[in-house]
Amino acid sequence: MDALILSRIQFAANISFHILFPTITIALGWVLLFFRVRFNITKDERWLEAYRFWVKVFALSFAMGVVSGITMSFQFGTNWPGFMETVGNIAGPLLAYEVMTAFFLEAVFLGIMLFGASRVSARVHTTATFLVAFGTTMSAFWIIVLNSWMHTPQGFEMIDGVAHATDWWAIVFNPSMPYRFAHMMLASFLTVSFLIAGVSAFRWLIGGRTEGVRVALKTAVFGAAMLIPVQIFVGDMHGLNTLEYQPQKVAAMEGNWETDTNVPLLLFAIPNEELRENTFEIGIPNLASLILTHHADGEVPGLNDFVADDGTALHPRVAPVFWSFRVMVATGMLMLAVSWGASALMLRRNADRTGRRGVEGLPKPVLYGLVAMSFSGWLATLAGWYTTEIGRQPWLVQGVMTTKQAVADVPAGMVASTLIAYLVVYALLLAAYIAVIFYLARKAAKGEPIGPNVPQSTKAAVTVAAE
Amino acid sequence: MNTFGDPTVWLPFVFAALMGLSILIYVILDGFDLGVGVLFPFANEAERDRMVSAIGPFWDANETWLVLAVGILLVAFPAAHGAILTALYLPVAIMLVGLILRGVAFEFRVKAPTPWKATWNRAFFVGSLMTSLSQGFMLGMYVMGLTWTLPHVGFALLTAVFLTVGYSFIGATWVIHKTEGDLQRKAVDWAKGGIWGLVLGIGAISAATPYVSDRIFGKWFTWPEALYLSPLPILSGVLVVSLWLMLRRMPFAEDRYSWAPFAAATGLWGLAFGGMAYSFYPYVVPERLTIYEAASAPESLFIILIGTCIVLPTILGYTILSYSIFRGKATELRYD
Repeated sequence: MDALILSRIQFAANISFHILFPTITIALGWVLLFFRVRFNITKDERWLEAYRFWVKVFALSFAMGVVSGITMSFQFGTNWPGFMETVGNIAGPLLAYEVMTAFFLEAVFLGIMLFGASRVSARVHTTATFLVAFGTTMSAFWIIVLNSWMHTPQGFEMIDGVAHATDWWAIVFNPSMPYRFAHMMLASFLTVSFLIAGVSAFRWLIGGRTEGVRVALKTAVFGAAMLIPVQIFVGDMHGLNTLEYQPQKVAAMEGNWETDTNVPLLLFAIPNEELRENTFEIGIPNLASLILTHHADGEVPGLNDFVADDGTALHPRVAPVFWSFRVMVATGMLMLAVSWGASALMLRRNADRTGRRGVEGLPKPVLYGLVAMSFSGWLATLAGWYTTEIGRQPWLVQGVMTTKQAVADVPAGMVASTLIAYLVVYALLLAAYIAVIFYLARKAAKGEPIGPNVPQSTKAAVTVAAE
Repeated sequence: MNTFGDPTVWLPFVFAALMGLSILIYVILDGFDLGVGVLFPFANEAERDRMVSAIGPFWDANETWLVLAVGILLVAFPAAHGAILTALYLPVAIMLVGLILRGVAFEFRVKAPTPWKATWNRAFFVGSLMTSLSQGFMLGMYVMGLTWTLPHVGFALLTAVFLTVGYSFIGATWVIHKTEGDLQRKAVDWAKGGIWGLVLGIGAISAATPYVSDRIFGKWFTWPEALYLSPLPILSGVLVVSLWLMLRRMPFAEDRYSWAPFAAATGLWGLAFGGMAYSFYPYVVPERLTIYEAASAPESLFIILIGTCIVLPTILGYTILSYSIFRGKATELRYD
């Protein structure tokens, strides 16, 4: 394998590992603020109980996100120097604003949010929680702005092969940004909803039936049930936006080789790049046309329109885009079914008609289902990002520069060795992360304290605390 | 934009100064918490918990200065960012793996099941060590002009050791400030044992830099520049001697001046860094690329500068707020 493909795999591995954790912290920050504010208003201990458990998951996820994020800022230079040399005048300020407005905000106030509750007033602590949530969202905003600009670039001119900004408003509010930002924010909230629902269901199943678990589970399931239809709607709008600006990506998502009307929606297909056709396909007639153009006889672009005169493809490889898209949609549909089903079960009335059944209304298989779905948000988010990012290839910045033009002249062997090192570290950390979350859940279910960051059992800590 | 003269001159200079400031703040702040990690094997279990409490609320924000420094290099001097980081490909990768290990070990060592705690303590130490060594190695390679020859790598290996010992020294002075009792006395010993790393490191780089480049030699050893620059080595010498005298008699009664070693170490760091910045100016890639050649377009730099003028004071403000909320001796870290 050459340095280009190895660098791409390395960057994909890093960014895939990284995005798992911001996807959790972006929304979990707001959920924690919700728990915290509910406690401030109601003075009901169960909200604080929920806060105390999930703030630990937040701290862990945040640390994982920070360290894997630092990796990214270096890899622009070590592996992709051509990117900043060509579009640095655009990407630079956006990344700078991310670090300045978001990174420091969250990093500083995280300390106060995690460890400052006993040192500052409730109001200051709530404010710190808000600023951390706000910081993570700002961070997501700037990154999405830059990423969207790479898909739908505007507001610049090329001078001697280097991009120069002409209109910052156009750069920030580029055509795909609002859709991508909304889609990602909702993805984050859904991921967190299913994580909270899954871990809470796990605690419930093993006997930790506290009020804190009950409110967390309810908040998560009802939240997911409300957000998933919104996400499907926003995803559809995002797709229409892509159809307008990156038709070759939509063609790959649909596995459609020839531009045509009355295009079927393919449920299953084996795209073949050599023959430039699908060797096998099962589809629903007219549905792709209907979804993309809202007319059964609407025209859907085909991949064969995106081939250069010399025969090189100007569209992405079809199979990965086609399949990632289907994994994302299927996971979304499953989320819809599970969250609506569980909500309906919880909203049923008690036998004596005095109230609703709530968490008791959930039969065991449904609870197990929720546990199995704990990380379904990760699956959908990764599949979605693969769809859009692989779908942009061979471009790094659509129409401006290809990925190949940006890669560093580093020996392939060197990239291969660092790639293996990263993969080993990431695999171990991911296993440790998931194991620790369920370990914390088991401990909480047994009623053991998981509060202090330093074990109280050690003698010295007790003595010092006594002083 | 032209009020201050040619923007292609003053904007790169301003950004080079900002980057220098970020790197300096980074090596001091993350220097102390990396140093605490490097000192881990010398402490017992209870002391380790104390030491982590002393850096727990800060390390995250400290590391952000590295992101800011690399960020400025990336956005203001993109050509230099590529040249430096591709030349330092392997040490950067080692540093990143180190940063990942120690960053997550903070969380895992207290959240994972007890039998795993020793493993995560080791990860915290190994990660801190990898980070410190690779940063020292990169410093040495940078001084030597980023070319991989055997003598250069040898020199870089030396600076790797010196910087690591230097970090453990500043880490020890932080522990002196944030703790009391036995651990504080131990930290005084660590500081006494680590000060040589700092002295040798500063000495090696001061000696090597003029030797590598005639240009830098000329900047230091010509009259009258040598006279104007003489306070730099003299002040450094005074600081080292007073640190040594102070450490021999610490801790003082009623914990007076427990902040002084850390402050003196900060001063020493600042002086050494100032000397290096003077040597290398105006080059960002030593002897190859000046800050003026490597800079981004002025209109992009100007956009970033507006933000920086608003944001940097705010960052400093809330950093100070955070340090004052967690001032005094480190207490047990609690979530409630």
